[in-house]
Amino acid sequence: MHIVVCVKQVPDTEAPIRIRPDGTGIEESGLSFVMNYYDEHATEAGLRLREQFGGTVTLVSVGPERAREALRTGLAMGADEAILVTDPQLDRADPVGVARVLAAVIRTLPYDVVLCGKISTDDNAGIVGPALAEYLGVPQATAVARLEVDAAGSRALVHREVEGGVEVLSVPLPAVLTVERSLNEPRYPSLPGIMKAKRTPIRTLTLAEVGLAAPAPRAVLARLESPPARRAGRIVQGDADDAVREIVRFLREQARVL
Amino acid sequence: MDFQLTDEHRMVQAAVREFATREILPRAADLDQTGAFPADLIRRAAALGLMGMIVPEEYGGAGMDAISYVIAQEELARASAGLQTIITVNNSLVCDPLVRFGTDEQKRRYLPRLCSGASLGCYCLTEPAAGSDAMALQTTARRDGDHWVLRGTKVFVTNGVEADVCIVYARTGPEPGGRGLSAFIVEKSFPGIAVGKVEKKLGITCSSTAEIVLDDCRVPADNLLGEVGMGGRIALSTLDGGRLGIAAQAVGIARAALEEATAYAATRRQFGRPIGEFQAIQFALADMATRIEAARLLLYRAAYLRQRGVRHTREASMAKLFASETAMWAAHRAVQIFGGYGYVRGYPVERYFRDAKITEIYEGTSEIQRLVIARHLVQAT
Repeated sequence: MHIVVCVKQVPDTEAPIRIRPDGTGIEESGLSFVMNYYDEHATEAGLRLREQFGGTVTLVSVGPERAREALRTGLAMGADEAILVTDPQLDRADPVGVARVLAAVIRTLPYDVVLCGKISTDDNAGIVGPALAEYLGVPQATAVARLEVDAAGSRALVHREVEGGVEVLSVPLPAVLTVERSLNEPRYPSLPGIMKAKRTPIRTLTLAEVGLAAPAPRAVLARLESPPARRAGRIVQGDADDAVREIVRFLREQARVL
Repeated sequence: MDFQLTDEHRMVQAAVREFATREILPRAADLDQTGAFPADLIRRAAALGLMGMIVPEEYGGAGMDAISYVIAQEELARASAGLQTIITVNNSLVCDPLVRFGTDEQKRRYLPRLCSGASLGCYCLTEPAAGSDAMALQTTARRDGDHWVLRGTKVFVTNGVEADVCIVYARTGPEPGGRGLSAFIVEKSFPGIAVGKVEKKLGITCSSTAEIVLDDCRVPADNLLGEVGMGGRIALSTLDGGRLGIAAQAVGIARAALEEATAYAATRRQFGRPIGEFQAIQFALADMATRIEAARLLLYRAAYLRQRGVRHTREASMAKLFASETAMWAAHRAVQIFGGYGYVRGYPVERYFRDAKITEIYEGTSEIQRLVIARHLVQAT
């Protein structure tokens, strides 16, 4: 079974995010970057399918040169190959534009299933996976929390967590599946894996090399804004009975959450 | 001069830090209190490649360099110095001499299982009357046909209880000091080897420390490590690597003490403000951070020289000496910053204080390190 996993490099969620003064992006200096957590789960799902069926796991990323490190992490977890599409013309690509690039690369690969994270922890759009399925012309299932592939490798039975229950879908392969974090527990990169990742060349392609012209983004970033500063907390003084009464009054009358 | 870690080093750091933080740290206090051997965590560590980090891949190891090794050891020790002790002994004192002095057959027989976690190693050098004066050891090995017969008692053997592969030093000739010594690979299943008294310790409690009794233990001649009379050389060169593991352990303990003390200083309020706003506390934290950084740089430099195959006995001793005294000092400062809470169980700093002390003692006391460093100075003049 040939498995393709789409990987995005994102700022570490624990890193403090500062917006550039002109609002066009975030300050990258001093920031550490990691593989999007959801993509770690997608990679793990891919590795488990390979363990079950044999085959290959190929990672594909669209991003700046530094995205190479996220691919190395995936290789160290055990993926076989990695491809990075990096091009200055992609700096302003919107999610649909990224999906188009991914599709152009993935079309050249053998694939039975394409796995993506449900969302990325930085942009939180959740568009790339579904758009990729459309470009590839294959079925899709999003937010997969459980994944079973039949013995023939021809259909996937997936569980989706929906409001109040679980939706079970049977999806013919090849398909694009975007995964939830509850799907699995990603493995740690092993030390022999890190050594192997070091030796595995990452194929780097430009936009021209994947046969695409510069994207015309349908959505353009107008600006980024910081969330409003959180107001200082209030400490309620006094003995416990009075304090509880005051907190209940506050929650009911001012915060209006009770 | 380049002070950057390579991509590979940063990946090792991130992977081991994540493993240590998520799997080891939550259990560190319990491991310390019960002193139970963490067999499951050692299995997990082996699966990640941590038991044979510097062993070439063809023998089942991770094939990593000395800098990756010390980076990983710091991360492990920052979570649990006891658990890291088990791992560093297997790597530095057992796998390493096998890699450097073993025959291909010996490497094939022992390294894959030491790397996979199927076996655990221990290092039997110290004796009741041969501690700092290790070359004065009295255990004897006498040739008997195609076997050697070992007789004597080893003490303070880390992993002594659980280990099944032991590197044992014994006297094979009348030559004084190290030249009369040889090294042997002794399996616990050989007749005549037994675990004696098991020590109860101040710190690093989840690693066992035991007496190993050799009562006419019969060892196949094939299990001689290196050649007859090479024991002293093997022992001392192995300790260069071992000292890097202990220096890394010390840096890990010191860093843990600093991290805890910094977090505590930010939240503990006295006189109407966080104690971290008082210069007395700030200066202590600043001194801790500075010494830790200096210790780590000494450590990285010694590891760098080792990696390049350059003699680094002096640098390894300096790193071990300075890092271990930094660990003890930083843990002492951390306890003081915590005040009464630093003296009681429930906060980890009393554990760091107990764990730190061993780093000034084993694999050469601070006094022995000073002796080694001084000898290099005197020789150089």
